[in-house]
Amino acid sequence: MTAKIFKRPDGRKPDEIRKMEAKVGIIPNADGSAMFRFGDTIAFAAVYGPKKMHPQHSQDPEKGTLRCNYNMLSFSVNERIRPGPSRRNIEISKITEWALEPVLMIGKYPNMVIEVHINIIQANASTRCAGINAAAMALAHAGIPMRELVSSVSIGKLDKQLVVDVSKDEEDWEEGEGATDIPITLTKSGEITHLQLDGKITKEQLKEVLGLAKKATAKIYEVQKKALKESLEDEK
Amino acid sequence: MIETSDITGERIRRYLEEGKRFDGRKPDEFREITIETGISKNAEGSARVKIGKTEVFVGVKMDVVEPYPDSPDRGNLIVSAELLPLSSPRFENGPPKFPTIELGRIIDRGIRESEFIDFEKLCIKKGEKVWTVFIDIYSINDDGNLLDASGIGAIVALKNSKIPVYDKKEGKVLFGERTKEKIPLAKDIIIPITVHKIGDNFIVDPTLEEEDISEVRVTIGSSKGVISSIQKGGDKSLKTEELYRILDLSEKVWDEIYSKIEKSLK
Repeated sequence: MTAKIFKRPDGRKPDEIRKMEAKVGIIPNADGSAMFRFGDTIAFAAVYGPKKMHPQHSQDPEKGTLRCNYNMLSFSVNERIRPGPSRRNIEISKITEWALEPVLMIGKYPNMVIEVHINIIQANASTRCAGINAAAMALAHAGIPMRELVSSVSIGKLDKQLVVDVSKDEEDWEEGEGATDIPITLTKSGEITHLQLDGKITKEQLKEVLGLAKKATAKIYEVQKKALKESLEDEK
Repeated sequence: MIETSDITGERIRRYLEEGKRFDGRKPDEFREITIETGISKNAEGSARVKIGKTEVFVGVKMDVVEPYPDSPDRGNLIVSAELLPLSSPRFENGPPKFPTIELGRIIDRGIRESEFIDFEKLCIKKGEKVWTVFIDIYSINDDGNLLDASGIGAIVALKNSKIPVYDKKEGKVLFGERTKEKIPLAKDIIIPITVHKIGDNFIVDPTLEEEDISEVRVTIGSSKGVISSIQKGGDKSLKTEELYRILDLSEKVWDEIYSKIEKSLK
């Protein structure tokens, strides 16, 4: 049988990202803030700091600390989320810190903390990636020195087909080999700051995944950059 | 940002003596209100309310549960608020503090006591299955008066909610699938309006700085002339005549807010 053209539930091409939207400066109180959207997935991020770390025993005299806090609004998903901390939130918050830290130049801020609050307003999968994209923009908006930006995308393997920017329907894919979800965060220069995988994949295919992620994050980067530039023009 | 300084407070007080406010408003004037609906496709109903720079998101979710023993034929209402650390440097993670709890409770009481929701119609089977309505309030940016913004958001979110599909055979809610049916609501909406006393003056819709130096705060939830909830906040006392002034003031702005909400619902 010849390979038939793979059909994604929402009709996208395998390497097609959902409609992206980005905006900087959405929360007036914050030192930096941004919104990032993949289709129906919307993330808000706000940065507060650098400010003195409390309690004092948490202070790091060598360098500044990045503290991320990822959370979903109760009505961002179909089945209401009970308010309060969850193991998933704790993990994603930490993963987000790791995704962002390599590009942050926070050596200059001993005993200080930079807080990043990420809230998912509406969810249709890839929320952590949208959150990281919003957070990177918010940090840049806050004027925290950064070597470069990071951009995040989830690559999926649905049965045997690789797709870019996984939606909820795709996450729940059951046919054939089922769904494998691979969220990846890359710096502008192509270094990996975040990589997770849930499912099954071969080494060869994983290499392909990285290639797709590189191309996708280059597109995401352009959207982030454009929004940051626009915010500068607004201030003029 | 963290606290309003004494100098600023003094200046606000002196300005008010002449009937003036920092942003040029009159004491009985609200900032610009914008109301948007449908902020989350996954909510039964939702609203975004901006009053000046203050912004809140409110969403409604529903679920089928066993009724409380003392109300076997009535649905339930659970209102919770979260003052997101995202929205202000003053808010922190952790167990809810008093302002968060109070905000949820004031909105809850206004809706409950005004009988805005017809809970009897939310009964599926007496003593066994009833709908619970969850109203969740989130601050997105706090520049004062989260209370009134939340109250307006709750009403608008309820008004545009569609009840989810309930599979009676399986006894399960099919989350994500919604009927065309709306939540049974009273015709008249309930609006909370908060009045603050600063010195000998009374204002509505305070900014954060004004809220900081407020001596007494009274929130009045009412629908077309009927008051159904009141909360006095603050550790200073109030004279009877002062309360009357507050009631008059809240009544005066009620119509204006009402027509803005009605407009957004069209």
